[in-house]
Amino acid sequence: MSSRILNRIGLFFAALVLVSPAILFFLWMISLSLKFEIDNGAYPPILIPERLAWSNYAKVFEENNFLLYLWNSVLVTGTATLLALLIGVPAGYGIARLKAERSAVVIMIARMTPGLSYLIPLFLLFQWLGILGTLWPQIIIHLVVTVPIVVWVMIGYFETTPMELEEAANIDGASAWQVFRLVALPIAKPGIVVAFILSVIFSWNNFVFGVVLASRETRTLPVAVYNMLSYEQVSWGPLAAAALVVTLPVLVLTMFAQRQIVAGLTAGAVKGG
Amino acid sequence: MSAITPERTGVTTQAIEGGQPVRLAPNYWPFVVPALVVVGAVIVFPWAFTLWMSVNRWTLGQSRSFAGMENYLRLASDARFWESLWHTLTYTFLSVAAPMVLGTIAALIFDARFPLRGLLRAVFVMPMMATPVAVALVWTMMFHPQLGVLNYLLSLVGIPAQEWIFNANTVIPSLVAVETWQWTPLVMLIVLGGLASVPREPFESAEIDGANVWQQFRYLTLPMIAPFLMIAVIIRSIDALKSFDIIYAMTQGGPGTASETINIYLYNTAFSYYDIGYGSAMAVVFFVVIVALSFILLMLRQRSRWIDQEGK
Repeated sequence: MSSRILNRIGLFFAALVLVSPAILFFLWMISLSLKFEIDNGAYPPILIPERLAWSNYAKVFEENNFLLYLWNSVLVTGTATLLALLIGVPAGYGIARLKAERSAVVIMIARMTPGLSYLIPLFLLFQWLGILGTLWPQIIIHLVVTVPIVVWVMIGYFETTPMELEEAANIDGASAWQVFRLVALPIAKPGIVVAFILSVIFSWNNFVFGVVLASRETRTLPVAVYNMLSYEQVSWGPLAAAALVVTLPVLVLTMFAQRQIVAGLTAGAVKGG
Repeated sequence: MSAITPERTGVTTQAIEGGQPVRLAPNYWPFVVPALVVVGAVIVFPWAFTLWMSVNRWTLGQSRSFAGMENYLRLASDARFWESLWHTLTYTFLSVAAPMVLGTIAALIFDARFPLRGLLRAVFVMPMMATPVAVALVWTMMFHPQLGVLNYLLSLVGIPAQEWIFNANTVIPSLVAVETWQWTPLVMLIVLGGLASVPREPFESAEIDGANVWQQFRYLTLPMIAPFLMIAVIIRSIDALKSFDIIYAMTQGGPGTASETINIYLYNTAFSYYDIGYGSAMAVVFFVVIVALSFILLMLRQRSRWIDQEGK
């Protein structure tokens, strides 16, 4: 009995060691964002300063147009995710019912393709269409990220939902669309939630599309933070505060939707091979 | 691709026997068409267009002319390209190996029961979801040779200060450390999924037969989770090959070109020098490298699956 307790305590400490890089990183990130310049430059480094520099956060929003960039991020991620759900959920259903698993290969290859190789042609296309100064190029190109995620998760989900109800509805004379809308869709709600969450996270985190396509007014948060690093300032406090502001929504989402994310990622991954 | 599935045929035969009118299988294609259109526009069109641009001499703002294989030949003799390919392969190998080892160990631990497991696992998964640019930014500060916290931590255990990403010799391992920090959780989750499907009985009989923990892992656990490890290797390889955010945000390929991977060189060619034709040729070659590697790994997985099935 006591050896089992010892065993569990040993496992707990082993897990703690594994988790410590994550804990240290996030603690240090918070610490950096709450220190004045003088404390951030101190050696040996200070973890908890005597005075907390909340002004770093105020600075981020005052000096860098951060509210605009936050809004841009919300618009790009929101629109790209909603569009992806609108077309991806029916597509996942269709592919699952057609058993057209081979068509999913296209989505697989899309996942393999580096984002940059989409950028060159689409950049030229957007330039030709004259929409480069707007948010539309970013919304459209984020579909490259969001559509495959949604389709992928939904194929996996619809493959596991029972066919009997749909067949019954079908025999009763319901059209394919009615069966989808009234029978399949309500059952698939948990799958849609997973697809939504993953799509939001990966679209929100995307950097490479924005760095090429965004102008001063159309930057999303990751691009804005990167630009703070390279051009506008080198003081660490506001920089770390900005980094935290960018990633906080995603981390909060991860905390609350842990189970769905894990389910979606592992299902997607296992299917994805 | 057939719309008539076994289940469906079963239903129709029943319907015929029941004397009811035969119903055709529902037409599912309309559900797929909108997605096909979008995938065609934002995914397939760029592939085709890239291929076409790669056989053209084209720098943005100048006139375009047909170049045939010129861009590809230039690529073959471009030392910077070969160097970047080497960087990419080193970076990928390390960024697959380290998370695989650590992720498997983590999965074995999180598969067991211990206090606060749920909370610790939640924290362990967080790096994977954090915004890469934000992560890169904070790591850059931690890597700072004079003021960074990492050199301070090293000094506590008596290791001399490092230059991390600011030295050509240590830049790739340092970037790999960040990549490992961020993506080990994904490997852990996949392997954990594999461990959940492992049956208990063989271990009980192995224990009775006196197999120690290592033998149980080596001869029971490992073969049973092998397909999941393979999936993790494939996914990790693809992601590491196309890694961009962390490298670009932290070093832009520097110092010099010491951490310039194909992806970074491609970015610089297309969007700093605006050499669209050459950049496209590079994108095509890069794409072929990724797909080839993925298919080799997929074939390996297929084989391990057959072996797995024969074993049953």
